[in-house]
Amino acid sequence: MPFLVYVEQRDGRIPKPCWQALSEGRRMADARGESLIACIMGNRVSDLADAIFEYGVDDLFLHEHESLARYETEPHAALLSDIQKKTSATIVLMGQTSMTRDLAPRVAERLGAGLVTDCTGMFWDDQGLLYLRPLYAGKVTARLRMHTPIQMVLLRPNIFPMAKKAGAGRVHRVVAEPSPARAKVVDIVWQQRDRPELTDAEIIVSGGRGLGKAEGFQLIEELADLLGAAVGASRAAVDAGWQGQPQQVGQTGKVVTPNLYVACGISGAVQHMAGMSTSRCIMAVNKDPEANIMKVADLSLEGDLYEVLPALMRGIEEKKQQRP
Amino acid sequence: MNVMVCIKQTFDTEARIILNGAGEIDGNSVLQIMNPSDEYAVEEGIRLKERYGGQVTVITVGDDAAVKSLQQALAMGADHAVLVSDPRLKMLDSHGIAVVLSRVIGRMEYDIILCGRLSIDGANAEVPSRLAERLDLPQVNLVSKLQVSAEGKVDARRDIEGGVEIVETNLPAVITVQKGINEVRYPSLRLVMQAKKMPIRKLGLDDLDLTAEDVSSPITIEGYLFPPPRRQGRTLTGSLPEIIPEVIRFLYEEQKIL
Ligand SMILES: Cc1cc2nc3c(=O)[nH]c(=O)nc-3n(C[C@H](O)[C@H](O)[C@H](O)COP(=O)(O)OP(=O)(O)OC[C@H]3O[C@@H](n4cnc5c(N)ncnc54)[C@H](O)[C@@H]3O)c2cc1C
Repeated sequence: MPFLVYVEQRDGRIPKPCWQALSEGRRMADARGESLIACIMGNRVSDLADAIFEYGVDDLFLHEHESLARYETEPHAALLSDIQKKTSATIVLMGQTSMTRDLAPRVAERLGAGLVTDCTGMFWDDQGLLYLRPLYAGKVTARLRMHTPIQMVLLRPNIFPMAKKAGAGRVHRVVAEPSPARAKVVDIVWQQRDRPELTDAEIIVSGGRGLGKAEGFQLIEELADLLGAAVGASRAAVDAGWQGQPQQVGQTGKVVTPNLYVACGISGAVQHMAGMSTSRCIMAVNKDPEANIMKVADLSLEGDLYEVLPALMRGIEEKKQQRP
Repeated sequence: MNVMVCIKQTFDTEARIILNGAGEIDGNSVLQIMNPSDEYAVEEGIRLKERYGGQVTVITVGDDAAVKSLQQALAMGADHAVLVSDPRLKMLDSHGIAVVLSRVIGRMEYDIILCGRLSIDGANAEVPSRLAERLDLPQVNLVSKLQVSAEGKVDARRDIEGGVEIVETNLPAVITVQKGINEVRYPSLRLVMQAKKMPIRKLGLDDLDLTAEDVSSPITIEGYLFPPPRRQGRTLTGSLPEIIPEVIRFLYEEQKIL
C-alpha cells in the first residue's frame, strides 16, 4: 500500500506545498513501513529528480513529453490515473494549489476515490487514517474518515512541515503518448513573480480600507519587500480597485497561513479573519483600539499607519544593518 | 445558448456554528444565502442568454429551504429552476452531488455548465470537476474573465498563483467562476415578487432512476473540533520612539520571525 505524491511544476519550479506533501507522505509512509512514490510530468523535468529524492522518495515516475509543457487537466488526469493503477498506491497526496484543486477531483471521480481537500492534519489510528479539515471558514474542524480503497488528499499549504530525508531512489521513465487536451492553455501571463505567492508566503503584509487611497499600497509594498513578504488585501481594498482580486484574503478570497500576518488599516471582519486567523502570529496596525483585529492580534500597534509604518521600516532597516 | 447553472444554498458568512444534540452542525436558526461565487455564475449565465438567446436553468441539490436561492436566480433572470430533494440525499458528498447533477443535466439540452468556484461551507471545490468527468466534458476552473463566441468557442482567463492562464476550449464545457468576473445585478422588488410565482421543478432520486447506493457517501464525519479562540495579545500605545523598539524586539527576539 504505497503512498503516491503528485509533484507539480510550472516552468521547472516546484511550489512549496509540493515539498510539504512529499515530507508528509514520507512521514505517513514511514509510520507504516510503506514506500513513497512520487510522479512528475512536464516537457523537461529530469533535472528536478535530484531535488525530489532529497525528500526520501523511493520511486519516481517521470514523464517527459513536449505536449506536457503546460498543465492541462485532461492529459494530466489520465496520466496520474494510470500511475495510480500501475503502482496500486492507495493514498494519493498533493499540496493544495490552483493546479491540484483542478486535477484532484477529476482524478478522484475517475478512480472512484474519496478526496479530502484543504486537509490540516492526518493521523494513523487502529482504523486507518483520520483526517482533519476545517469547515465554515475555519469556525469548526471536522474529523473525517474515507471508506474508499483509494484515498486522495490535498494538504493545506504551510501546515505540514518540510523535512528532507536522505536516501537513494529509482527513476522510472513513463513512455506513453499523452491524450489531447480539449481545454488548451494557450498562454500564461505572469503578474508578479518577484514577490512570494500569497498562499505559501511566510510573511504577508495586508492593507485595507484604512489606507484611504490606492497609493497607500506603495507603503504596504515597501514594507513587504523589506520583509520579503507577499502583499494581501481586504475585500474593501479590492472592491475599491486598489488591489486585484487575487490579492484578497478571506472567506471569499484566499486562505493563508503565514508565520507573520501584518494587517494594516483592516478592521478584522469575520469574513477577513476566515482567511488568516490560523496565521502563527498576527500583528495589527490600526488607529481604532476597539477594532476587532486589535482583539485577536498577538501584537497591536495603535496609531495612524501613515506614521507607524514608515517608523517601523526605519526600525527594521537599522536592525538589519546591525545584523548583517 | 442553453445555460445550466449549478448553485448551492449555504450558511451566511456571519453564521455562528453550533452543534445539535446529535453532535451535528445545526443549521436551523442560521440565515441561509446563495453561495457567493454561485451568484457570479448565475449572472454570467444570464449575460450569455441576453447576448445569444436561449434559456438559463438553475439547478440545486438541497432541501426545500433552497427554494429561496432558486427564486433569487429566477428574479435575476433565470428561466427555469430545478430542485433535487430527497430524504435519502441527506449525507451527500461531492461525488454524490456530481452523480445527481450529471443525471439531471445529462437529460437536458445544454451548451455550457457554469458553477461557482467553491462553496464557502465545505470549501471542497470538487463538484464541478467531478461533474465534468462524469459528463466527459472539458473543464476550466477559477475563471475571472470569460468570452464565448456564437459558435461556442471559449476564451477564458483562469487565475493561478502569481498569474493568469489563457485557456481555450469549445462548448460544451464546465466553467467555474469567481468574484471579479462580473457585477451581480440586484433584481427589482417587482422581479422578486414575480419569481415567487414561477414554477420550480422538484425531482427525487426515483425521478432520476438513481438509488440511495448510487449516491452514498464514502466519507464519514467522526466529530467536530472547535478551534480555541485567539487570545488577545499585547497592545502598544505611546510615542513611536517608544513602541518601535518594542516591535523590533517582538519580531526578532520573542517570535524569532525575522
Ligand atoms: C459574503 C461576504 C463575503 C466577504 N468576504 C470577504 C473576504 O473574503 N475578505 C475580506 O477581507 N472581507 C470580506 N467581506 C467584507 C467584510 O465584511 C468587511 O467589509 C471587510 O473585510 C472590511 O475591510 P477593511 O477591514 O479593509 O475595512 P473596514 O472594516 O472599513 O476597516 C478599516 C479599518 O482601518 C482603520 N483605519 C482607518 N484609517 C486608518 C489609519 N490612517 N491608520 C490606521 N488604521 C486606520 C479603521 O480603524 C478600521 O478598523 C465579505 C463580506 C460579505 C458580505
